Amino acid sequence: MKSLKYILAGILFGVVMSKSEAISWFRIQEMFRFQSFHMYGIIGTAIILGIISVFIIKKLKLKDVSGKIIVFQNKEPHYRKYIYGGIIFGLGWALTGACPGPMFVNMGYGYLSMLVVIIGALLGTYLYGLLKDKLPH
Amino acid sequence: MIELIKQPWSWYFSGFMIVMVMLILVFWGKSFGFSSNLRTICTLAGAGKRLNFFDFNWKAQRWNLLFLIGSIIGGYLSAHYLSAPQAMKLSSVTIHDLRKLGITFNGELNPEELFSLQALKSPKTVFILLIGGLMVGFGSRYAGGCTSGHAISGLSNLQVPSLIAVIGFFIGGLIMTFLIIPFII
Repeated sequence: MKSLKYILAGILFGVVMSKSEAISWFRIQEMFRFQSFHMYGIIGTAIILGIISVFIIKKLKLKDVSGKIIVFQNKEPHYRKYIYGGIIFGLGWALTGACPGPMFVNMGYGYLSMLVVIIGALLGTYLYGLLKDKLPH
Repeated sequence: MIELIKQPWSWYFSGFMIVMVMLILVFWGKSFGFSSNLRTICTLAGAGKRLNFFDFNWKAQRWNLLFLIGSIIGGYLSAHYLSAPQAMKLSSVTIHDLRKLGITFNGELNPEELFSLQALKSPKTVFILLIGGLMVGFGSRYAGGCTSGHAISGLSNLQVPSLIAVIGFFIGGLIMTFLIIPFII
């Protein structure tokens, strides 16, 4: 039962990603070419509603289902890793039109060639683990 | 109800639903970040025996793997039961620009030139997909998160590091779109 609820949340995520067309290579190209408001509208709405929700959750000290007060982890205060990592991520995102979530949603959608992108992403993750100590963070 | 879901979703409803997914996980005591799964899968494949980075308690991430399995099912259900009968409304300028690069808009989510099984016969296409995926995997772990972890969860929590990462996503995306894709596709 506990497992099922996470699978259901994942199904909801997959449907939202598909129906919003955020898993579309075409939509990502359109976004990076600044030729439509669609993706900016989606991400913008999510961020604005997200900021309001997080503010309320913190202000009212809301609790999660297990009764613990919800805390939001702060990101580590390094800066180089975010810009370097971010740029490398962006290069791949524009090329494949897929960030990690949409890779898997696309595969379920029927784009089996996304498996090649997923294998690439796993190799990339492994490569990061291999080179981690030599990279500027 | 199903008929309503089948319609193409507006950007505001889509954005609202993404926040719902984030909040569901938050109230279950979890944090929305998809790319962590890539690290977990490496660990399950045995990478923890070679590298410390992968030697962690993956069971704490079991929920996220289940979420990943759900997302694949969600994609399948969308394609088979929830897809709109009409073609996607892509900007005509984008359609025109992509045609110049040899990519035809077919009304579907992804171009056949890159994502059909036929296209995989070309070693160049396989290389593009593999390298692209590699950069996404490497970059998301280096930056400590992807679109869900930084752009959605991080910015919702007003994290400056996430803002820097998102600016990075765009710098990389623009370089790829305007300076690299025209020469490799």
